[in-house]
Amino acid sequence: MTPAEIREAVLNILEDITPDEDLTQLKDDVPFREQLELDSMDFLDIVMELRKRYRIQIPEDEYKNLVTMDSTVKYLTPKMENL
Amino acid sequence: MYDTIIIGAGMSGLAAGVRLAHYDQKVCILERHSVVGGLNSYYRQRGRNHDVGLHAVTNFQPKGVRKGPLARLLKQLRLAWDELGLVPQSGSSIRFPDLTLRFNNDFALLESEIRKRFPKETDGVQKLIGALVDYDDLGKTVNVSARSVVKEYIKSPLLTDMLFCPLMYYGSAIEDDMDFNQFSIMFRSIFLEGFARPMGGVRDLLRKLVNRFKEDGGELRTKAGVKRLLQRDNQVYGVELDNGEIIESRRVLSSAGWRETLGLCNPDASKQDKPGQLAFVETISVLDKQPKQFGHNDTIVFFNDSPKFAYHKPDDLVDLRSGVICSPNNFSYSQPLQDNVIRITALANFEKWHGLPQKEYALEKLRWYDRIAQSAARFVPDFRGSVIDTDMFTPTTITRFTGHENGAIYGAPVKQYSGQTPIKNLYVCGTDQGMVGIIGSLVSGITIANQYCLQN
Ligand SMILES: Cc1cc2nc3c(=O)[nH]c(=O)nc-3n(C[C@H](O)[C@H](O)[C@H](O)COP(=O)(O)OP(=O)(O)OC[C@H]3O[C@@H](n4cnc5c(N)ncnc54)[C@H](O)[C@@H]3O)c2cc1C
Repeated sequence: MTPAEIREAVLNILEDITPDEDLTQLKDDVPFREQLELDSMDFLDIVMELRKRYRIQIPEDEYKNLVTMDSTVKYLTPKMENL
Repeated sequence: MYDTIIIGAGMSGLAAGVRLAHYDQKVCILERHSVVGGLNSYYRQRGRNHDVGLHAVTNFQPKGVRKGPLARLLKQLRLAWDELGLVPQSGSSIRFPDLTLRFNNDFALLESEIRKRFPKETDGVQKLIGALVDYDDLGKTVNVSARSVVKEYIKSPLLTDMLFCPLMYYGSAIEDDMDFNQFSIMFRSIFLEGFARPMGGVRDLLRKLVNRFKEDGGELRTKAGVKRLLQRDNQVYGVELDNGEIIESRRVLSSAGWRETLGLCNPDASKQDKPGQLAFVETISVLDKQPKQFGHNDTIVFFNDSPKFAYHKPDDLVDLRSGVICSPNNFSYSQPLQDNVIRITALANFEKWHGLPQKEYALEKLRWYDRIAQSAARFVPDFRGSVIDTDMFTPTTITRFTGHENGAIYGAPVKQYSGQTPIKNLYVCGTDQGMVGIIGSLVSGITIANQYCLQN
């Protein structure tokens, strides 16, 4: 997957978790926590959706990479580029 | 072999099931009754739909609010706010002798009522709110008496009782007091958040949960009561049903209640824990006109006629001194409901009801229906001339249909916030885990499923 496709994949997951948000306005460099007020349960859901959909394992001490869309895509690129 | 067996298709069991099925677990919900919903189920009688429990959904927040239990469970269950179809209350009140406090889904109303009636307590109430336990910190300290905490902030015994009355009626498993965790949950969910109701009652929500669960591959079996949990080496490996069938699983999540669940492992296991003592009767009066047509506009009225509000097991079959009057019609719907209804809840004595011979039982129901209606008519416009149909259930009804000991809707006085049991792969969710009510039990099912059944 290309970084653009990975971004799309993450966006799909966010759409699923937060059906009431308008994600077209999402800023890629602002933390999800700030923009969408995601909490730790939501971040766990992102991790579990990635596992369910793409069989990617993310160890707990690496959750901290999922801060913004930019940082998430950057972190996921090596894990997903061969999918 | 299942990954997880869930005991009970009430709110908590269904919510847990939705989570596990969504993440591809092989999961089966076993329910003893023929209908789902548990304490918040539904039935049909003489051509009308009734809900078992529903007065109001607590924790109401308008669309767009991202914090709090409602927002959390919507995200976790992948529901859009509109899907719940929640309609906010019109306004409620707490009515004590000579004094009424009104409140609605905007805390400013209750605040101004308190400022008017108890000007010296305004600051104290603000400070009390600041001291409430956060939802995420529940259970970090337990066995703290809410009365002892509240006393530090509010001096008036009358205001104290008036604030406790709705919170106890909608969620305390402890007589004449609350655990401060429970007090905090209930204060937030009723006074700071609020009441709403889905137009179609509880059926819509249950249908949604069941469909979601099944679409994701979950199996739901009704008329499948669990008689026994099968264990070896301090682990469960499955369950035995009432009909003798054996089903195996890697873990079990039970919403049957704490003592009830331990009793499924070993009949003696639960002896040291105390069962709940607080039981209720509920009368349902179907009316020939809308409540507002005879001047009754409140959504919910919490009333008490005595100098001190008593919240404990009554000596008689029912305690007529206090109660809750709910009209499902008095929410801000865009069109009127099909049926006009007044529901009244009052404290009751389980053993007294349970001990009645069948004939007496039916007779006592009729007698107490009348007394309860009369008691309520002291606090709301008299509706008795408009009644066209009635129903009533007692603590015995609750035990028969949900298995909760003593008919105790809010379960045992001591909660199991961790959700763990002495058995390694057996967990509890729902009423006895710590959060009660519809929203509370949904959140409980989600939290415990996430914590113990989805990691690894
Ligand atoms: C009269 C009344 C009014 C209420 N009003 C409101 C209200 O207005 N607002 C609100 O938010 N809450 C209200 N509640 C409370 C709310 O209904 C409960 O807190 C909530 O539904 C509890 O859900 P639960 O999943 O924890 O337990 P339950 O609903 O009790 O679920 C447990 C399920 O397990 C099943 N079960 C038990 N043992 C076994 C076994 N051995 N094998 C198989 N199945 C078993 C039971 O049949 C039951 O279906 C009310 C309750 C009542 C009774």
